[in-house]
Amino acid sequence: MSSTDIAIHQTDMHHGHDEHDHDHDQNFIEKYIFSQDHKVIAKQYLFTGIAWAFIGGFLSVLFRLQLGWPEATFSFLEPILGGWVQNGKLDPEFYLALVTMHGTIMVFFVLTAGLSGTFSNFLIPLQIGARDMASGFMNMLSYWIFFLSSVIMFASLFIETGPAGGGWTVYPPLSALPQAISGSALGMTLWLISMALFVVSTLLGGINYITTIINLRTKGMSMTKLPLTIWAFFLTAIVGLLSFPVLLSAALLLIFDRSFGTSFYLSDIYIAGEALSNTGGSPILFQHLFWFLGHPEVYIVIMPAFGIASEVIATNARKPIFGYRAMIGSLMGISVLSIIVWAHHMFVTGMNPFLGSVFMFLTLIIAVPSAVKVFNWLATLWRGNIRFTTPMLFAIGFVSIFISGGLTGIILGNSALDIQLHDTYFVVAHFHLVMGAAAFFGMFCGVYHWYPKMFGRMMDEKLGYVHFWLTFLAVYLVFLPMHYVGIAGFPRRYYNWTGFETFNIFTDLNTFISIAAILGFFAQFVFLFNFIYSMFKGRRSPLNPWHSNTLEWTTPINPGHGNWPGEIPTVYRWPYDYSKPGAAEDYIPQHIPFSETQSSNLPQERVLE
Amino acid sequence: MITIAIGLSIILLLVVLFLLFRIGTLASIFRGSSQRAAGTTKTSNKVNSILLLLFLIIGGIAFAWSFSASWDEMNQPVASVHGVWTDDLFWTTMVIIGIVFVITQVLLFWYSYKYQHKDDKRAYYYPHNNKVEVIWTMIPAIVMAILVFAGWKTWTNITSAAPADAVVVEVMGKQFNWMVRYPGPDGKLGVTKTTLIDATNEFGIDFSDPNAQDDIVNPLEIHIPKGKPVLFKIRSRDVIHSVFLPHFRQKMDAVPGMPTKFWFVPTKTTADMQSETGNAEFKYEMACTEICGRGHFAMRYVVVVDEPEDFEAWLGEQKAFASQNPDVVAKFQKTAEEKTAAKMEASAKVQ
Repeated sequence: MSSTDIAIHQTDMHHGHDEHDHDHDQNFIEKYIFSQDHKVIAKQYLFTGIAWAFIGGFLSVLFRLQLGWPEATFSFLEPILGGWVQNGKLDPEFYLALVTMHGTIMVFFVLTAGLSGTFSNFLIPLQIGARDMASGFMNMLSYWIFFLSSVIMFASLFIETGPAGGGWTVYPPLSALPQAISGSALGMTLWLISMALFVVSTLLGGINYITTIINLRTKGMSMTKLPLTIWAFFLTAIVGLLSFPVLLSAALLLIFDRSFGTSFYLSDIYIAGEALSNTGGSPILFQHLFWFLGHPEVYIVIMPAFGIASEVIATNARKPIFGYRAMIGSLMGISVLSIIVWAHHMFVTGMNPFLGSVFMFLTLIIAVPSAVKVFNWLATLWRGNIRFTTPMLFAIGFVSIFISGGLTGIILGNSALDIQLHDTYFVVAHFHLVMGAAAFFGMFCGVYHWYPKMFGRMMDEKLGYVHFWLTFLAVYLVFLPMHYVGIAGFPRRYYNWTGFETFNIFTDLNTFISIAAILGFFAQFVFLFNFIYSMFKGRRSPLNPWHSNTLEWTTPINPGHGNWPGEIPTVYRWPYDYSKPGAAEDYIPQHIPFSETQSSNLPQERVLE
Repeated sequence: MITIAIGLSIILLLVVLFLLFRIGTLASIFRGSSQRAAGTTKTSNKVNSILLLLFLIIGGIAFAWSFSASWDEMNQPVASVHGVWTDDLFWTTMVIIGIVFVITQVLLFWYSYKYQHKDDKRAYYYPHNNKVEVIWTMIPAIVMAILVFAGWKTWTNITSAAPADAVVVEVMGKQFNWMVRYPGPDGKLGVTKTTLIDATNEFGIDFSDPNAQDDIVNPLEIHIPKGKPVLFKIRSRDVIHSVFLPHFRQKMDAVPGMPTKFWFVPTKTTADMQSETGNAEFKYEMACTEICGRGHFAMRYVVVVDEPEDFEAWLGEQKAFASQNPDVVAKFQKTAEEKTAAKMEASAKVQ
């Protein structure tokens, strides 16, 4: 613990200095742009994430238009899309670019950077009782490299040959050969550069999160007193640290194949009227490398949402989270398993069927820790005294959507069943529910819950309710019917299906899905309005608006750099002492010593008085 | 004019919404609801908890209705032996997860409704119960073990080696259509090389290989016999494609540089299916399910399942590529002759 003490001491002194001439020292650029304060960096991630989410959502509206009304003409899109619409028809390659960019943006830029980047940065120091991240400078670098990566990806949307169009998984040879699709020209180069930078940013952030959690916890904050949010961010960062470098290597080899004539992924190809000289490469190698990141990635996306939902459910049900240790255990189980199941994305790629059996076995095991988490959330609600705040509604919605999407994973993880369902809308429905919508709900849950800590004001509750109900309905109206279409074998990434009799029977259902998706997209503007309006005109937040136990609510309403003006509070208890029998209030924050709560102490806690 | 009118009405609508929002905020200040702790307001709690319950009930009914209404469309008739196994396993698994789905969703929304905030109530302090936790860890573990076993058995059967007498069809994906080759009477496919591909010899067949002489290339439709094992040898010559035969529940990627395969036994002829579905126009279709570029959505090939004797008759009518394109074959003979001549010359020099 001595290292922590020193850290506190040093930052204390530094902070005293800060207070003295705060405004003179930090100019606008240092304070808001190249800031090293974890709270500002978190907000930067959040703003960038929200911007990306609207771009990604808008792209999905465009391709839903095409899918919902395949015979219609979209001349009204010509002013925004220019040459990509010809005679009112969307260009098929542009359609593929839309789905590719929608996937890339949502998975990496919104649900990885926007979710982990925002909440890991914001909550880790505040909830463990630290002045800032272990390295504020690296943290700042992490954001600005992410920003650079964002700019490059954004720029790729506007180039003449269009952005990458080979699907967000960018399987070569399609992604390696500009002859195969125009998106594989400059667009793919920019995609690879952007993703390489993104990996660097994620690693810089992840190392910081891990180091901070291990080293900078305040006095008394043992690992078993950490809120579940922190456990989730901690394990997410570890999984990211282990798997993201593999994406970088996959991308590097692809760059070599594209630009320097190597044959890592290419062999026996005849395209555009000529046979290529590449021999001996394997496209399957890329898929192994890609999914070695790609599968952990979906847990990188969903685990922070687990943590946020656990915290919000416990707070608003006014009950301790049920099975705290089982929750940590299941997070650990999921983290380990997430790294050894990647090839269930490859059952029908021609991979050895024996490997298929192994990966089916490992994949289905994940259902066990996931089920434990769901049961524990339900048990937390049981006999609670539930406050329906907006974050709580999103947490309940999160659990519902996670169940709906998670259960179909048991089907897709079964290699025999995956034969029919692979690359159909069943898969689309599954992952959009379990890691798309669920992670989004976790993110909304977090934004509404910690908004008062971020901006000192509350978001409007009524607008929050409207936003929740519209979004919740839209999610189910969009993704439930997709299962039906998928069971019939309707393939994903189809620009048009009217040429097939087998798939031509679902026109009405597709129109329905498109209408629901477009309404769902517009519902997000309610959130956007609420988010911006409340920043300036929202109700001022009290010190602890949700009557929560965690440390961040012991800081001032608008904490400065260093978080606590005086000494960092010492932690005495776990973060879930809600509705403890005998206590005066229905919550006892972590920094309250047992000596002050003698009436509610459990027998084993008496010795701590 | 119309654009301006639409624009104006949207602006008006937004203004009205904003005013409503302001009135609502002022009313809640007036009622003093903002003085209470967040989430403990009576009306909001009541409204939201009732809405959650309604969502469960109405949503559940709507789901059940839409599910049964789409039942026929999602259950496309199955026409292969293994397809019946996977369909059975699929619906068995669906029943199991359906039970879990109903129980957990009902509990989630019911608890949310039942345990909504009341001022005079306190939540029950209940941090853990090891016994319950062990039980609900074991149950999914056991169910998963059963599902893994069932899936593993089915998977092993499906992916086992094809019988030696299987009818061989080679399917090659390219941007953006399928190409098909039958081995001809000798039952052997000739050697191919990527470098030999040109506009006529699209497979790149090496006609110096005797097995290649009777190969049949690109018939109008793929014909396969009912009730006999059929082996698809799958490959690609440019990017990854994926052979998908929805009615046979069959799918396998076509990978450049790495041949793949899939075998199955069709159980219904096209005519059988036409009478079963009542659609005289019914055709088995082959589609591509791995994104491959601009024409990905249009890689359609018709598959016809014949009675075995009809299949033999059809196969007999097909002409070998070599006999139809003597000039292509002639080139190979010429190069082969040149090669032997050069070789003989070389050996003569050495002697």
